[in-house]
Amino acid sequence: MHRIVLPDIKNLQEIDVYLANQGYYGARLAFQKSPDDIIEIVKKSGLRGRGGAAFLTGLKWSFMPKVTSKPKYLCVNGDESEPGSFKDRQIFEFNPHQLIEGILITCYAIGAQTAYIYIRGEYHKWIKPVQKAIDEAYNNGFIGSRMKETFGTQFSCDIFIHKGAGAYICGEESSLMNSIEGQRAYPRVKPPFPAQNGLWGNPTTINNVETITNVPPIIKNGSEWFSSIGEPKHPGTLLFGVSGHVNKPGVYELPTGTLLTDIIEKYAGGVINAKRIKCIIPGGTSMPPLKGDSIEGLKMDAESLRAAGSAIGTGGIIVMDEDTDLVKVLARMTKFYYHESCGQCTPCREGTGWMLKILKRILDGKGTKSDLDLLISIANNIDGNTVCALGEAAAWPVKFTIARFRDEFENRVNESIQIPVNNKVHSMRKTKNPIDNIEIR
Amino acid sequence: MEFKFSEENLQKIASVQKNYPDKRSSIMPVLYIAQEQNGWISHEVMAEVAHLLEITESEVYGVVTFYTMYHKKQVGKFHLQVCTNVSCMLRGGYDIWNKIKDKYNLEDGGVTQDGKLSLEEVECMGSCGTAPMIAINEDYFENLTPEKVIEIIDSLK
Ligand SMILES: Cc1cc2nc3c(=O)[nH]c(=O)nc-3n(C[C@H](O)[C@H](O)[C@H](O)COP(=O)(O)O)c2cc1C
Ligand code: SF4
Ligand code: FES
Repeated sequence: MHRIVLPDIKNLQEIDVYLANQGYYGARLAFQKSPDDIIEIVKKSGLRGRGGAAFLTGLKWSFMPKVTSKPKYLCVNGDESEPGSFKDRQIFEFNPHQLIEGILITCYAIGAQTAYIYIRGEYHKWIKPVQKAIDEAYNNGFIGSRMKETFGTQFSCDIFIHKGAGAYICGEESSLMNSIEGQRAYPRVKPPFPAQNGLWGNPTTINNVETITNVPPIIKNGSEWFSSIGEPKHPGTLLFGVSGHVNKPGVYELPTGTLLTDIIEKYAGGVINAKRIKCIIPGGTSMPPLKGDSIEGLKMDAESLRAAGSAIGTGGIIVMDEDTDLVKVLARMTKFYYHESCGQCTPCREGTGWMLKILKRILDGKGTKSDLDLLISIANNIDGNTVCALGEAAAWPVKFTIARFRDEFENRVNESIQIPVNNKVHSMRKTKNPIDNIEIR
Repeated sequence: MEFKFSEENLQKIASVQKNYPDKRSSIMPVLYIAQEQNGWISHEVMAEVAHLLEITESEVYGVVTFYTMYHKKQVGKFHLQVCTNVSCMLRGGYDIWNKIKDKYNLEDGGVTQDGKLSLEEVECMGSCGTAPMIAINEDYFENLTPEKVIEIIDSLK
């Protein structure tokens, strides 16, 4: 079995162990080639981004201007705040040197002298091993000006950690750059794209932690080796994080194209108490949920999931058994997007709040049948009308959960009419801060 | 209360500022250093940070209020952060939330009278595979039950 990102080697986080396992050999090889060769190898390998959109990595790198008087930057996205995602922290903890080596190669390929690893602020425990690995790499002359002696090159680069402070939106690439710049982290309107006008107005590439960690093995083993693993159109492995109602939740590195049912049954130990799956989210909560009875034969890769009406996202799989209250789940997800909306665009800022109010109303047994269409109409008005993709991330779960589980929602609003209304008077308009008081229990 | 950075922290700041091409961009690490020294980000802290970075106080305020991890008011000695997002919710995150609220008589954002505990409902912390979880200050506690949580909190000193 292929383990590319998290090889099964004990204490690989220690620099000695990493070096004993061909550590930093990929960087050595890379520096003997031209930056364009590296971009070509990564293009040919078919590596696609692991941060959510599965964009071709080599192609993204090729957007960086070859000739410019400006400094160039790499941002490594370790914000990892998509609910259901907990994979990058495995790399921070168990394989930080491969991440660093990947950063060196990437910086060389795109001509960046500085890289920032953006790590979410809550990850105190996982910032430490990365900082330790960076310090060790500096001490060994793998990063910084001493690289020139170590590797016999003209090239050198620095790597810094930038610690987030609790805002999901900072995972969005332009928001991430504003955050590093010390601004309020509002997403930027695109174009201009980061490769032209990124960090402090300079050419910048943003890649996910897992994406970058794939780079050293590709350089060492070649693009054909990589492209032959998993699904041809989306090759390699993915770190699948499985959570929810399974017996053995956790992160499993498996080739793309692995059957979703196999991941659940063979690796995650099956559903607790052998219950049926009602609903499954395949790639973090921003991706459309699927019906449990529609996943037979479904492969986990970007194309297959798109064909099935969802998306690969971050590979964070959330399993919900037959007893799950989907109204509650959807209300909780919507509360998240309401809370995390940066507030720049009216449809996202207001729409998430309205969807939350309505879902809460349904949850409290006060919904009406027209509420369902109202929810979908609000979601449609957000979708495609915002500066960044958080808008879609908030709209899709509402649209697709209601569309795919309409019966459950209809039953809920039909019941509402018969059940006497819970007499806790809670008019949202009368409270001082109406929506923030909403609790989902 | 007036706020001044300690000598040691001024050195830390000088060191972290080398990571950025301009002073202003170091505001996030500088705020963390301030919070470590002062416990929370008061108006006096913001004024001092503004002075140090040569930006306006309102710019500092803008950054502080954008992020949840900068405390806009005093928190307890132990700041309890309970994740109730979907993966945790499916495994009993709200049972833990409700148990803590009831047992210590705390609301979201509240602090106990002795200043020992404060409570915050948080979004996904990246521990969905070991749900449900809470964080206490900087440490994660995973695979919890309401009973275990109370045991952990009661043993805090
Ligand atoms: C609201 C929002 C949150 C995001 N959060 C993350 C994140 O936490 N980590 C990440 O790598 N990408 C995240 N992304 C995607 C990034 O914008 C970007 O596409 C990605 O980091 C590119 O890396 P890749 O090409 O290697 O996948 C997010 C996007 C949006 C719209
Ligand atoms: S879509 Fe939402 S999060 Fe994104 S920029 Fe607009 S308001 Fe902010
Ligand atoms: S949902 Fe609680 S840690 Fe992810």
